[in-house]
Amino acid sequence: MSDVMKERLEQILKDATARIQESDALDKLNDVRVSFLGKKGELTTVLKSMKDVAKEDRPLIGQMVNETRAKIEACLEKTKSDLEAKLLEARLEEEVIDVTLPAKKQTLGHRHPNTIALEEVERIFTGMGYEVLEGPEIEYDKYNFELLNIPANHPAKDEQDTFYINKEIVLRTQTSPVQARVMETGKMPIRMICPGRVFRSDEVDATHSPSFHQIEGLVVDKNITFADLKGTLEQFAKELFGPETKTKFRPHHFPFTEPSAEMDVSCFKCGGKGCRFCKGEGWIEILGCGMVHPHVFEMCGIDPEEYTGFAFGVGLERIALLKYEIDDMRLLYENDYRFLKQF
Amino acid sequence: MQTSISWIKKYVPDLTATDQEYVDAMTLSGTKAEGYVRLDADLDKIVVGQIEKIDPHPDANKLVVCQVNVGTETVQIVTGAPNVEVGQKVPVVLDGGRVAGNHDGKMTAGGIKIKKGKLRGVESCGMMCSIEELGSDRYMHPEAPEYGIYVFGDDVEVGADAIELLGLHDTVVEYEVTSNRVDCYSVIGIAREAAATFNKPFYAPKVKATGNDEKAEDYVKVTVENTELCPRYCARVVKNVKIGPSPKWMQECLVSVGIRPINNLVDITNYVMEEYGQPMHAYDLATIKGQHIIVKCAQDGDEFVTLDGQTRKLDHDVLMINDEEGPVGIAGIMGGQNSMITDQVQTVLFEAACFDGTNIRLSSKRVGMRTDASGKFEKGLDPENARAAIDRACQLMEELGAGEVVGGCVDVYPNPVEERKVAFEPEKINALLGTDLTAEQMLEYLNRVELKLDPETNMIVVPTFRQDIFRTADIAEEVARFFGYDNIPTTLPKATTAGGVSFGERIEQIARDVAEMDGFSQGYCYSFESPKVFDKLLYAPDAPERQAIQILNPLGEDFSIMRTVSVNGLLVSLGNNYNHRNKSVKLYELGNVYLPKSLPLTELPDERKQLTLCMYDAGDFFTLKGTIENFMERVGMKKKAVYDPKAGIPYLHPGRQAKIMYDGVEIGFLGELHPQAAKNYEIGTRAYVAVLDMPSIVPMCSFDYKYKGVAKFPAVSRDLSMVVPKEIMVGDIEKMIETRGGKLLESLQLFDVYEGNQIDRGFKSVAYSVTFRAPDRTLSEEDITGVMKKILHGLESMGIVLRQ
Repeated sequence: MSDVMKERLEQILKDATARIQESDALDKLNDVRVSFLGKKGELTTVLKSMKDVAKEDRPLIGQMVNETRAKIEACLEKTKSDLEAKLLEARLEEEVIDVTLPAKKQTLGHRHPNTIALEEVERIFTGMGYEVLEGPEIEYDKYNFELLNIPANHPAKDEQDTFYINKEIVLRTQTSPVQARVMETGKMPIRMICPGRVFRSDEVDATHSPSFHQIEGLVVDKNITFADLKGTLEQFAKELFGPETKTKFRPHHFPFTEPSAEMDVSCFKCGGKGCRFCKGEGWIEILGCGMVHPHVFEMCGIDPEEYTGFAFGVGLERIALLKYEIDDMRLLYENDYRFLKQF
Repeated sequence: MQTSISWIKKYVPDLTATDQEYVDAMTLSGTKAEGYVRLDADLDKIVVGQIEKIDPHPDANKLVVCQVNVGTETVQIVTGAPNVEVGQKVPVVLDGGRVAGNHDGKMTAGGIKIKKGKLRGVESCGMMCSIEELGSDRYMHPEAPEYGIYVFGDDVEVGADAIELLGLHDTVVEYEVTSNRVDCYSVIGIAREAAATFNKPFYAPKVKATGNDEKAEDYVKVTVENTELCPRYCARVVKNVKIGPSPKWMQECLVSVGIRPINNLVDITNYVMEEYGQPMHAYDLATIKGQHIIVKCAQDGDEFVTLDGQTRKLDHDVLMINDEEGPVGIAGIMGGQNSMITDQVQTVLFEAACFDGTNIRLSSKRVGMRTDASGKFEKGLDPENARAAIDRACQLMEELGAGEVVGGCVDVYPNPVEERKVAFEPEKINALLGTDLTAEQMLEYLNRVELKLDPETNMIVVPTFRQDIFRTADIAEEVARFFGYDNIPTTLPKATTAGGVSFGERIEQIARDVAEMDGFSQGYCYSFESPKVFDKLLYAPDAPERQAIQILNPLGEDFSIMRTVSVNGLLVSLGNNYNHRNKSVKLYELGNVYLPKSLPLTELPDERKQLTLCMYDAGDFFTLKGTIENFMERVGMKKKAVYDPKAGIPYLHPGRQAKIMYDGVEIGFLGELHPQAAKNYEIGTRAYVAVLDMPSIVPMCSFDYKYKGVAKFPAVSRDLSMVVPKEIMVGDIEKMIETRGGKLLESLQLFDVYEGNQIDRGFKSVAYSVTFRAPDRTLSEEDITGVMKKILHGLESMGIVLRQ
């Protein structure tokens, strides 16, 4: 009896294996499962016929049936995972896309070159421990001129071509009044930059605008030296224009600093050899600076015997024009999208 | 300021630097050279030739064939010049040489090369030159013939370097002199700096005592009524004046700085003005009534005819030079026609004075005339210089045989300036510069510019011509200049501050980020604009926005008021972009408006930074609203903003505008541009505008987040589809649902608004998905029914019915 049974089970296993291997889709494989292992499946039928088997043979037959089931299941599982792998492979092959098709994205806006340059400058100085401050654009004559050592009738007042609101109030011609405002507060030490809009009565052309921007810098503390001024601005130039940048300090005159200087940087286009960009000079004038004038300290209530400091002023547009090679200042105020989208 | 290098070398003979070395070093020591021109840059192989023979040209009437001895040989030159004569000594450019331009004065960059060639079949080896071909003109060389070859005097040697003889082996340097260095507006001042820069000796002109035994005070009397405006007045007299040309060396100096030689008298005053930086004036003494000079101010309404024949209107602040009958000159600006020197002059009265710089500057502005003299006076001259200059001028008159100098000088100088003294503090100087120089080193630098130590007082004595040195910082600058700014070490100050940006600046950065993420590009606009802007923006004639701050001296009406409304700039830009056919443009700006607290302005106005957003062809009202809400979300403004349709903005569509309220505060507005305003700005499509007031927003921003936990119990959603009278805003429905939904209401989401078919006119269909949740339990059916009932009641009371 057990031999018959054994043969039958072997036949079932053989048939099942053959049908499994014939299956080329998951649903066919499922059909095979049902027809062999399902409630009415062949193996189940065998199990049901156990009652006809001699009692002593039952454990052996039961074991044989279970073994057969396990083998069929293993075969089913193996084939299923093979099939799935094949399907996945086919799908992946099917789903190849042309990755060079254009991106789907929201159109981003563009930051103005002035702001890009300003953020660069702010990043450099905040990294060195400077606070970023602002001051009023419509300013008292007192702050714009008087406290900066430019008294009434000083020729520098003419030079700066001031827009007046009335005798006492002007459109600030420089960001330097913020120096005086900050020093007046008396909080020491001071380490600040102040970006902002300034005004001078220049007609609009490729290199002039009646409204432009400056960034003022001021450091006041005990033992601040001209060497500190040089070191700070050299660091600034290297960070802004690249580590190869060289600086040159030339004596100059500003009423509110003494000694005063102008700083040139080596042309970042030709490296200082001289090119059309730097008009053959190899150097480009970047900013004015100097040690805070002791009289300015006195007027702002700071003891020049105790404190020294330095100040500098950079033209923002100048940096933007140079850095981004913009050849006409008017572009900065026309807000033409064809211009803006290049930044 | 410009000088030729050869003029500088008159005082610094040891100067050997090349042109480039000279300008570089001068710039680094503080006398910035803006550039230089070599006068002989385009001149080459030009010698003196003597015309030995002139024959007619066989084939050309207008040409002649000259045999010209050029020293080493005699060459044949064909010329068309009308003025050639045998025996003349003329400049000749030899074969292979170069000239600067052609004879009508047109210059050629790099010069014109002259080669041996044939002119109408006759060989010509070189060219005889006109003054124009040598790069100059008759204005500067009045001795040159009007048309034709330049002719030298008989005393020149044949074969000599003609360029040398014309004084063109020279370089003219242009300097940017800073306003504090009045002394450097003179050749002597520049020369002193050059000597100090190259550490060579400086030889100031030696002014000898001049004059005969007579006394100037017997010829002229001087009364200065206003010594504040005229601290010093020097007058000297030269009689038996012989007007004639000045010598070549003087003419060359003047020409090199662009001054045209006239005659010995004028040239001497000009020469001394350049050399000393001291303007001088010469009067014909015969025209000075009463031989009495009176310096006093004019009276309001006075008129005066200046040398140039113009009538000038005067006022009581204009200082005048008068004689006993009336004015003869405007002090420091220009002399009068009535005292003008003519060729018949016998006796000349020289004036060298010091006038108050500010007064001259303001007067010259009011009178409407700026001259070389006023330009120098307005810088504030050293009174000591006046005497030195007038003596120098008299010395030159004598040396050049231009007249007989009367002895003595009428010198009205009631309060002589004294040399300033500044403490010599080497440690302080080192401390300021960050250097480690010895006192000796410092003194060596200071001595170069005539700053001498008085060892008894340990004070530095400052010469009167240095009007810029008052204290140690100024002395430090002198030390630094000659030590070399480049030699000062570079250090970094010890950091003692944290630094960073303000909270407000941080919010602005986020505003920029959000705007740009949403497609807006940043614009920059002017702060001043035209008052017509208010009309373009449809403001009522009495709108408070029209109360703008006016600029007293604007560049024009278009730039005459400080903006009180931010949108004009970007709308103009939007219109320009539209005209350029730029598609779907979105712009934003962060800039101030200026709101006066009162007009006329007595205190500084309220400067309010506005975030302005504008766009066309890039979405609608709700797109723009989305950007605003994105921004609010990013800056931690988590409460719900309220949009009030009554914004009252005249340039926005009356039915498509909203005031934005947050926490009871108006923070801005948005809307569609009014079709009329769009037309005014030439924007041919619907445009949208939003303005956010940053000072109102910044205090509402917060990054103080608190975690509230994740919901543990399930939510229940219900859809509400309703028919709503058209005029009811969904905002009001939402407000009602929120109130009545109470704590259980978690969120409500509008998912449909519809008008049209299937909905009665005057109504719209609105559908919400409403979500309820309790933090502590699963909601029961009764909970939901209860709260829904309240909401439905509410809807009913608003005249809203549920859709079937």
